Amino acid sequence: MGELIARTPLDGFEPLTIGDVTLSEVDMGVLTSVAPYKGQTKAIAAALQDAHGMAWPAPGRATGKAEARAIWFGRDMALLAGPVPDPSLAQHAALTDQSDAWTCLHLSGAGAEAILARLVPVDLRGSVFKRGHTVRSLVQHMNGSITRTGPQTFLIMVFRSMARTLVHDVQRAMESVASRG
Amino acid sequence: MRVAGKGLIDRSRPISFRWDGTTYSGFQGDTLASALLAHDVRMVARSFKYHRPRGILSAGSEEPNALVTVGRGADTDPNVRATVQEIYEGLEARPQNAWPSLSFDVMAVNDLAAPFLGAGFYYKTFMWPGGFWEKLYEPLIRRAAGLGALGGEAAKDQSEKAYAFCDLLVIGAGPAGLMAALVAARSGADVILADEDSLMGGRLNAETLSVDGQSGHVWAGQMVETLRAMDNVRLMPRTTVTGAYDGGTFGALERVSHHLSGVPEGGVKDTFWRIVARRSVLAAGALERHIAFRNNDRPGVMAAGAVRAYLNRWGVAPGKALTLFANNDDAHRTACDLLDAGVHISGVIDSRPDAQAQGDYPLYAGAVVTGGHGRKELEAISLKTQTGTERLFTDCLAVSGGWNPTVHLTCHMNGRPTWEPRIASFVPTSGSIPGMETAGACNGAFSTAACLAEGVAAAQASLAALGMKSASVDLPVAEDTPYAIAPLWAVPGKGRAWLDFQNDVSVKDVKQSAAENFASVEHMKRYTTQGMATDQGKNSNVTALALLADATGRGIPDTGTTTFRPPYSPVPLAALGAGAKGKGFAPERFTTSHAASVEAKAPMVEAGQWYRPSYFPVQGERTWRQSCDREVGYVRNAVGVCDVSTLGKIDIQGPDAARLLDLVYTNMFSTLKEGRVRYGLMLREDGYVMDDGTTARLGPEHYVMTTTTAAAGQVMRHLEFVSQALHPEWDVRIMSVTEHWAQFAVAGPLARNLLSGVLDDPLTDEAWPFMSCGPVSVLGVAGRLFRISFSGEHAYELAIPARYGDSLFRLLVARAEAMAGGAYGMEALNVLRIEKGFITHAEIDGRVTAGDIGMARMISAKKDCMGKVMAARPGLVQEDRPQLVGLKPVGPVKQLSAGAHICSRDEDAVPTDDQGYITSVGFSPTMGHFVGLGFVKAGLGRHGEVLRMVDHLRGLDAQVELCDPVFFDPEGGRARG
Amino acid sequence: MRLPCPICGARDHREFYYQGAAVMLDRPEPDAGSDVWDEYLHLRPNVPGAHDELWSHDAGCGAWLRVTRNTVTHEVIGAVLASEVSR
Repeated sequence: MGELIARTPLDGFEPLTIGDVTLSEVDMGVLTSVAPYKGQTKAIAAALQDAHGMAWPAPGRATGKAEARAIWFGRDMALLAGPVPDPSLAQHAALTDQSDAWTCLHLSGAGAEAILARLVPVDLRGSVFKRGHTVRSLVQHMNGSITRTGPQTFLIMVFRSMARTLVHDVQRAMESVASRG
Repeated sequence: MRVAGKGLIDRSRPISFRWDGTTYSGFQGDTLASALLAHDVRMVARSFKYHRPRGILSAGSEEPNALVTVGRGADTDPNVRATVQEIYEGLEARPQNAWPSLSFDVMAVNDLAAPFLGAGFYYKTFMWPGGFWEKLYEPLIRRAAGLGALGGEAAKDQSEKAYAFCDLLVIGAGPAGLMAALVAARSGADVILADEDSLMGGRLNAETLSVDGQSGHVWAGQMVETLRAMDNVRLMPRTTVTGAYDGGTFGALERVSHHLSGVPEGGVKDTFWRIVARRSVLAAGALERHIAFRNNDRPGVMAAGAVRAYLNRWGVAPGKALTLFANNDDAHRTACDLLDAGVHISGVIDSRPDAQAQGDYPLYAGAVVTGGHGRKELEAISLKTQTGTERLFTDCLAVSGGWNPTVHLTCHMNGRPTWEPRIASFVPTSGSIPGMETAGACNGAFSTAACLAEGVAAAQASLAALGMKSASVDLPVAEDTPYAIAPLWAVPGKGRAWLDFQNDVSVKDVKQSAAENFASVEHMKRYTTQGMATDQGKNSNVTALALLADATGRGIPDTGTTTFRPPYSPVPLAALGAGAKGKGFAPERFTTSHAASVEAKAPMVEAGQWYRPSYFPVQGERTWRQSCDREVGYVRNAVGVCDVSTLGKIDIQGPDAARLLDLVYTNMFSTLKEGRVRYGLMLREDGYVMDDGTTARLGPEHYVMTTTTAAAGQVMRHLEFVSQALHPEWDVRIMSVTEHWAQFAVAGPLARNLLSGVLDDPLTDEAWPFMSCGPVSVLGVAGRLFRISFSGEHAYELAIPARYGDSLFRLLVARAEAMAGGAYGMEALNVLRIEKGFITHAEIDGRVTAGDIGMARMISAKKDCMGKVMAARPGLVQEDRPQLVGLKPVGPVKQLSAGAHICSRDEDAVPTDDQGYITSVGFSPTMGHFVGLGFVKAGLGRHGEVLRMVDHLRGLDAQVELCDPVFFDPEGGRARG
Repeated sequence: MRLPCPICGARDHREFYYQGAAVMLDRPEPDAGSDVWDEYLHLRPNVPGAHDELWSHDAGCGAWLRVTRNTVTHEVIGAVLASEVSR
């Protein structure tokens, strides 16, 4: 009998630092899309609070902390990132395991905003896009999710199959921003 | 020549550069134009059509003449305006559109032939014979007329796109723009201040005027520093706002590295910005217009404001004996500044009889310049004074016909400017661009004081609209000279007087256009090419309109204007398409088996954005067919493994999941039992087939749908449309899970044996009959197993979380190889499915009905479904529609070809006798001959008939027999067994 | 062009997929007759002025929207979720 080996989308990707910005792959733990059934938004909010100690995220917001977040992920949907979802959630929402569906990267550093301004057609400046804010938008040609997790740190997610394109596109923007000094 | 003590250049930093093969020197702060003028280089270009000698006319991006080529090879930038190209150490620039040299240009013969080449010449002359335009005339004309050429090597992708957002975008950093930005920034608004120049300040850098008791350029510099220090201000020099678009979106080109000796490592030449602004202030200034007279295009004839700019900003006098020709007071400043700098003025010619000299220079009031003399350089001018004619020797004539507000951006959303008699020009029409205020010279306010005041007012209006309180700012003190002008468009007389220098349009052309009844301004533009192309008539449009108005007897307001289109100044296509070359073109999607496939030397082919293995070669195989045949044999005789993760997988949950499926599929899914899979056919609402695939029921309210790779996105959007827009009352949730699961087909007589070795529980036929599904444990990992077959063999698809995909694929392939099987690629997959008559999007290409593919009975009579009503249209059910058939070669030619057409054996292969076409072919090692699928009129009832297949592209002509599309195992026993 | 997604706010048009006229929301009954179905699928008035159309916020929240847009001025007058269009 063999044994199956788990690989991340960017298996073996070493953190990439260009200028003052670093790009690194992160393990977000279990990813579960939580899509409440009709009229169940309040119930799912309560269940999420009880079971995982975090608020149901409003559109454009992420709740929780680094190890366990609820990230707004689209119309009537959140992504529970970190813990295995409590079974109580399934009474109120369609739960779907997405743990292996997403490439998750951290982009961190003073130039991160300028880099994302070359990739994402949404205003991500600190004055309007604060810690705990999230968007579903484009990352160059890819549908993605961008969340500000720190003053100069963003979580970028795109589909797993596009991991290498994401690194290519972000790296290019990192090099361009760094070249401007 | 340089003038001592003048200019804002840094004389401590000399820079050497090359122009037309000669090395010159300039200073930090010079443009190519100012540095060449400093060396008395006059002729820098040949004109577009007539190859006339041309010199530098202006000092900004409006330059129509001095288009040059910078760099070599892959780094070539053609059509660069010498007036905006900053010099740097090692800059290499050269003239264009001249051969063999700028000085002796063979095509200058066009100028002698000019009487025949006027407006409409091409239209009238090159009409016959018909084929000659494409073959002869156009290539000749294109070679003769033209701009610069590309380097002939693929350019590096050194551009990028970027997005910016602000409360207020201020376009132009002259006195009006600086004040607007300051007021808005002090009031707390997020401000972007963009200016096309490297040095902000606008005309203040080109004048000797003072603001608040300081030199204008000093005041501007202080303003820029004040703004730079503010967190809520972003300064964007070298950035031209090129277009105004819907929703407060502006396009802007930032020239990032064109002023540097090479692009910095990892950097870009250009950035194309999309700036989204809640409000905007246009403070784009004004452009000086010319006056038309004979040979008014000779090198040495320049715009008066430009001459002033070269003197005051760059310390250059563009001549030794200067003359001036004007119809307004402003131009006299040029004479005064030149005199102050010690430059000789031979005379000032002012067409207004009441003009007054403003300095110690000879004034010819009420006189006009009737012609320029000299060929490659201006040597003298002829005057017509109130008493007679005169000739003045001069090497530089500064001309001012007045100033045209730069209204271009206000016209980008279909706005039309308004005629303003006070300045004899057009001003922006309020409200032309939603959210935009206009201020300063672009609004017709020509004094410094008026510009400053309008800048403040524009900011205040913008802030009020933003709901912000305006901070109070003291208005600086500045000159408030009234603008006095008496319109003069063209000096009557013989010879050609030029309007649009870039397109070589003369006064005569405009008059001829009117005479030939191309009297509408838009017709005149096309007939003469006035105001076309990259220039967009910046220097000449208003004059041309005035002349057209005169020629047609209408007033200027009635004549109207042509449309100023974006971009305001040229944007390289490389910048608009930045990042979209090579790997930036589209995402590359890789399956989890990608690395293993590449290691096995499988050629990877694109399937949409996905990369899939074509075949897996083994030692000794020389052609792909050999590999494909072997892989087909794996599946038919042993076991094959194929990555099918690219198929769309959609998780559907909720109480109304079954209702949704019943509506989108033609057949029933509410009756599907848990743990079972069913094949489904999906129609578009117009009755044609959209997609097909299998859907599995995992739980009472839980299904997972499979789509084709190609239609995954379309089906997902379709399901969302039905559930959100058509049936929002349904309680159903849809989620793509394509990326979470790696899924592998394991197919062949030994499939069960192989899987038994990796599944933790026994795999029996009783528990896992054909078309069953359910959870499985794969070496301790939770997965899903589907007993479905796209090959007709006993087969399964095993799904596992993608993190284990690489590992599981390698394991399955190794086990299969131990059983005399192995991995198979797209070629074998295709042959296997053709042998079974299974369709793909090669067949369901959007023009095919369920009936055409023999699935009419899959449209359930018991329920409604998308497309059901329209599928019953007469045209979609008529009996002679092309229907799916199998095809096999029966004549001497044993090959089939996809895309070939089918006709009767006794008819010519012409469209009118077309009977159908072939969609898919492959060589079947199982059957020993080519097999194909295609559509033939009423084909279902014609099995056994022999027809002719013709492929004109590949030169193939074969006899084919129509047959059942299922070539192999028509009873289907192998998949069930 | 920017579209006001009721969920995400104003977003660049590149995030959206355009479907066509919003008449697609009013799917006829199966027995409505061929004229009604023909009109539903194929006939579109080309009216200058306010026009209801369907857009999908594909690269954003995934919501289908009914956007009202002036076809003459390109002014986007408003947008509502397709799921909340009263009918």
